[in-house]
Amino acid sequence: MAHSILRSSHLYKSELPRSTSTISNSKMNFSEIEQTHLGFLNSSNLYKQLDLHFRMKDIFLRLQTSMQPSGLNPRDKSNLALRLQASRDQAALVQETSETTPNLIKNSDDDRLSFTEMKNRFLSFKKQKYLENLEHYQELAQAQAPKFLVISCADSRVCPSYILGFQPGEAFVVRNVANLVPPFENGPCETNAALEFSVNTLQVENILVTGHSCCGGIQALMSMEDEENSSSFIKNWVVVGKAARSTTKATTSNLSFDQQCKHCEKESINNSLLNLLTYPWIEERVAKGLLTLHGGYYNFVDCTYEKWTLDYQWSNPKLETGGYAIKNREFWS
Amino acid sequence: MSKDLNKEAIEPRLVEELDQTNLEKIITPVLQLPLTFDPIQRINDGFKHFKINEFNKHPEYFQKLAEKQKPKFLMFACSDSRVSPTNIFNLRPGEAFMARNIANMVPAFDKLKHAGVGAIIEYAILALEVEVIMVIGHSRCGGISRLISLPDEETSYDFIDRWVSIGEPAKAKVLAEHPNATGQELQTLVEKESVMNSLGNLLSYPYVRLGIANKKLKVLGGYYDFVCGKFQFLDVHHHIEQTTNIQE
Repeated sequence: MAHSILRSSHLYKSELPRSTSTISNSKMNFSEIEQTHLGFLNSSNLYKQLDLHFRMKDIFLRLQTSMQPSGLNPRDKSNLALRLQASRDQAALVQETSETTPNLIKNSDDDRLSFTEMKNRFLSFKKQKYLENLEHYQELAQAQAPKFLVISCADSRVCPSYILGFQPGEAFVVRNVANLVPPFENGPCETNAALEFSVNTLQVENILVTGHSCCGGIQALMSMEDEENSSSFIKNWVVVGKAARSTTKATTSNLSFDQQCKHCEKESINNSLLNLLTYPWIEERVAKGLLTLHGGYYNFVDCTYEKWTLDYQWSNPKLETGGYAIKNREFWS
Repeated sequence: MSKDLNKEAIEPRLVEELDQTNLEKIITPVLQLPLTFDPIQRINDGFKHFKINEFNKHPEYFQKLAEKQKPKFLMFACSDSRVSPTNIFNLRPGEAFMARNIANMVPAFDKLKHAGVGAIIEYAILALEVEVIMVIGHSRCGGISRLISLPDEETSYDFIDRWVSIGEPAKAKVLAEHPNATGQELQTLVEKESVMNSLGNLLSYPYVRLGIANKKLKVLGGYYDFVCGKFQFLDVHHHIEQTTNIQE
C-alpha cells in the first residue's frame, strides 16, 4: 500500500492577469482580486522582486539537488514555488464562481434536472480547471501528497474545500457529524481508518480539526439528557464528545443553552485533538515534531475563523481532567 | 597538465564549502522569506479569499444559510484529496450535506458498529429532508487497492482493513464475474461495484426505503475518473413500494 510521495510542480500555469481576463469581463472583479492577494501585484517592482525570489529559490534548490541527489524529496522542490504560486493564482480559479449569484440546484421532482445540473457543472469544472491545468492533474493522478488531514463536519455550509480554499491534492478530508474523533479504545470506525491511512501512509504533516457554529450534532450532544426521543444513531455517535459536554456544563451552567452549545463546539474540538493523541502512531509523530495538531472554528454567522495549535508538551490526554494547552491562537475576521 | 590538476584540486573544495547549511545562511537572509510550507498561512489565505470573494459578495444568501440549511443532496465521497465533490461540481455552501470516508463506503445498518455513518444518514433524511443521496467513487482509490490486496499476511492495518472490508461483497462479485481481470482493470471494476454495493447498503436503512417508496428520495451512484477527466452516473435499479397489510 505504499504510495510514492511525488509532488507536482506549479499548481496553476496561467499567470493571474491573463486568466482573469478570459474568465471575467468585469474589470471591477479584477481589482478586487488584486486587493486580496498580499499586495504583491500592485507594484511592478514587487513583481520583479517576486520573480527574482523565485529564480533565487530555483538556484538554491538546484544546488541543493546536486549536493544530495539521493536524498532529495521532490516535494521540497516544488513546495516553495507552490505556496506562493498557489496564493497568487488562487483567485483566478475561484473567480468564475463568484461572478454570478449562487445558482442553487432547483428543487424539483424532475429526475432530469439533477442529472443535467450535475453534468453541466462537471463539464465546466473539466473545461475551466481540469483541462486548464492538465499537467498538474495528470501528476496528481499518479500520486497524492496532501499536507493536511482535515476533519470537518458534514454540514453543507462548512465544506473545507470551499471556506479554506483547498484545491485537489492539498487536503485529505474526513467529514462526519460534528467533526468528532473517537479515542483509540473505542475501536475501528470510518474516522480512525482515515487517520491510519493519512498519518501512516500519506504521512500528512498537519491535522486540522475544524468545527463550526450552530452545529446540529453538538446541539444533539448537549440536549441528550433532556430529550427522551432523540434519534438513536445520532446519540450513539455524538456520545463520543461527552467529555466536552461535561466540561461545558461544569463551566457554563449560568449561560443560555445557545451559548453553552457554542462553548461546547469549541470544547469538542479540543476533546477531539486530545483523542487524536490516544493513537500511538499519532502521538509518536507529534512527539518527534513530524505532525502538528491544529484546531479551527468557523463562525458562519459573522464569517470569522479562529484557529489554534495544540501544544503537545503541555497536553496529556491521560490526565483525568483532560489536560491540554494551546498556542498560536489567531482570530481572523 | 598542471592546470588540469589544479582544477581538480580546487573544485572538490568548492563543492564542500557550498553545502546546504552554508547556502541557506547566504540566501535566506537575503530573501528574508520563509522557505518552508506554512500551514497556517495557507489556510489563512484560503479563508481570506473565501470571505472577500464569496461571503462578502452575497451577504443575504449567507445570512439565510446561517439560520438554516436545506441541502438537496447527501453525498458520500472518498477522503482522497483529489476528489472533493465541491471542487468537481462547484458546489456552493448549502447544497450538499457531505460525508467523506475512505473509499466512499456506506456500511449496512448497524447501530453499534457504524453509528457514525448511520448518524449522517439519519440526520440528512429525518432532519434535513434531502432529496438525493449520491455515492461517488473514483479512480486510483487507495482504499479499494487495499481491499483487493486482502488478505495480506505481511502487513495489517488495524482500522483500515476492517473498514474497507465493507466492500468485500463487491470484490467477490467482480472476481466471480471477471475471473481473469487483474491490475488496473480489476481495480476499476471493483471501484464501480463498490459504489453499487454501497447503494445497496443504503437500502438497509428503513428511512431510506421509506423515502424511496414515497418517491421523496432518490439514490444515485457516480464514478469520477481523474486519469481521463470523466464522470459517469451509475444507476441502481430497484423497485420499492409501500408495504400493504393483508387483512381478513
